[in-house]
Amino acid sequence: MKARAFAYARPSSLAEAHAAFDGADGDASYISGGQSLVPALAMRLQAPQVLIDLSAIPEMRGIQLEGESLRIGGLTRHAETLTEPLIRAHAPLLAAAAPFVAHPAIRNRGTVGGSVALADPASEFPAMMLAMGAEMEISGASGLRRVPADDYFQDLYQTAMVPGEILVALHVPAAGPRHVWAFDEMARRRGDYAMVGGGVLAERDGAVIANPRIALFSVGPTPVRARNAEAEIAGKALDADAIAAAQRALDADIDPLDDAEIPAAMRRHLARVLLGRLLRKLETC
Amino acid sequence: MAGAVPLTLTVNGVETARMVAPRTTLADFLRTDLELTATHVGCEMGACGACLVLLDGVPVHSCLVFAVQAQGQRVETVEGLVASGALAPLQQAFHERNALQCGFCTPGMLVNAHALITKGTVPDREEIRDAISGNYCRCTGYEAIVDAIEAAARKLNGEGAE
Repeated sequence: MKARAFAYARPSSLAEAHAAFDGADGDASYISGGQSLVPALAMRLQAPQVLIDLSAIPEMRGIQLEGESLRIGGLTRHAETLTEPLIRAHAPLLAAAAPFVAHPAIRNRGTVGGSVALADPASEFPAMMLAMGAEMEISGASGLRRVPADDYFQDLYQTAMVPGEILVALHVPAAGPRHVWAFDEMARRRGDYAMVGGGVLAERDGAVIANPRIALFSVGPTPVRARNAEAEIAGKALDADAIAAAQRALDADIDPLDDAEIPAAMRRHLARVLLGRLLRKLETC
Repeated sequence: MAGAVPLTLTVNGVETARMVAPRTTLADFLRTDLELTATHVGCEMGACGACLVLLDGVPVHSCLVFAVQAQGQRVETVEGLVASGALAPLQQAFHERNALQCGFCTPGMLVNAHALITKGTVPDREEIRDAISGNYCRCTGYEAIVDAIEAAARKLNGEGAE
C-alpha cells in the first residue's frame, strides 16, 4: 500500500501554511507527526494533492508556563510528555497517560497537537484535554482563536476546527499542590486501543473533592465528560458510598455503540469498573 | 521521476543527496534508492516494527515517515549500526540465545533494543517487553529475544552476563 502521489510543502509560518492550503483549493492535508495520517494515506483513505508539513512552524514548538497555564506547542512529541519537567509538574495527567499511547517508536514521532486535531475517540490525549479543561489555540482565516475542550469535540473525528485551520498549541490550566489525578485504561494488548479508558483531575481540600473533571474515551464517537458521575463526588469525601454513586451515575453519561468485538453492555460495565479504579487511585494520590 | 524534489540527509554518517518523489516513504527510499535493504518493510502502517531506524538518534518507523520529512536529519540503519560495531553485543547475544528464526523482525528488534540498552542502565524484563511491544515476531515467542536483550544490556553496562 503506497500513498497516491502528492506535492509537498514545508511552510515556515502559519500564514504560509494557510496559503498553501488555500493554493490547493483545500485539497490538502496537514502533517505533524504523521503516525495516523501516513497509514491513512497509504490505505488511500485520504489522497490529497498537497501534503503540508507543519514541522517548521516556530509557534507550534516548545512548552512554556504562561501565568496560570501551560502552553504546549502542537508539535510536542508524545515521548516529550513523558520526560518534560514542566509537563510532569503542571499537566501530570498528560504525563500519566503518555505511557499508554501506542508503542515507544510511535511516541517518538507522534505529536500531541496531531492527536488532538485528529480527535480519535479511542485516543488518550484528546480525552485528557477534556479532563484537564484545556483550551485549543487554533489558527485560521481570521487569525488565532481559542476553543475550550468542552466545546471542541463535536462528533466522530469532528472538532470545532474547520478545514484549513491548524491546531497551534494547547493551553492547560497548571495543576497545583491541591490537585489530584488518576489515569487508567483497559486494553487487550499493551499499546492497542483501549476497550475503555479515562482520566480524572480534581482538587482536594482535606478529604473533600472539589471541581472534579472525569473524561472517558472509547465509549462513544467523542471523548466524554462524565458530568453525572462528577456531580456525585463534588463536595464529598471519596468514600465507598460516593464511589458507588458515581459508578451508578456513569450510566447516564455514556452511550457506547455495540460493535463486533465489544457489546455496549460490556463497555458500560468496563467503564464502571474503570471509574471505580480511578476514583480509588485518586483518593490515595 | 514526476514531481521529485531534492532531498539532503545524512545516512549512516554519509551526507546523501537525491531527488525523491514526496510520496516515497523513508523505508522505501532507504531500500530502493540507497539499496540499504536491512531495513525491512512489513505492514507499512506502523504496526509490525520491522522498519525501525534511528532518526536523529531515536527509533521511528521508517514506513511512517516520508523521506522528504527527513530533510537535514540524521538516519542510522542496521547497516550503519553494524559497521560501527554498535550492534555487536546485541548480535552476539541474539546469536547465543537463538533469538531469531526467519529473521524478518530482527532489524527492527535490534534498532529498538540498541536504543534501550544504550540509555546507560540495565532495563528489567518488563521494560524490555514494553520497549519491544511494537515489534512483532511470529517465530520465537519473544522469550529468547527478551533474554538476549537482557544479556546484552548487562554486558554493555558492566554487570556481566547472568
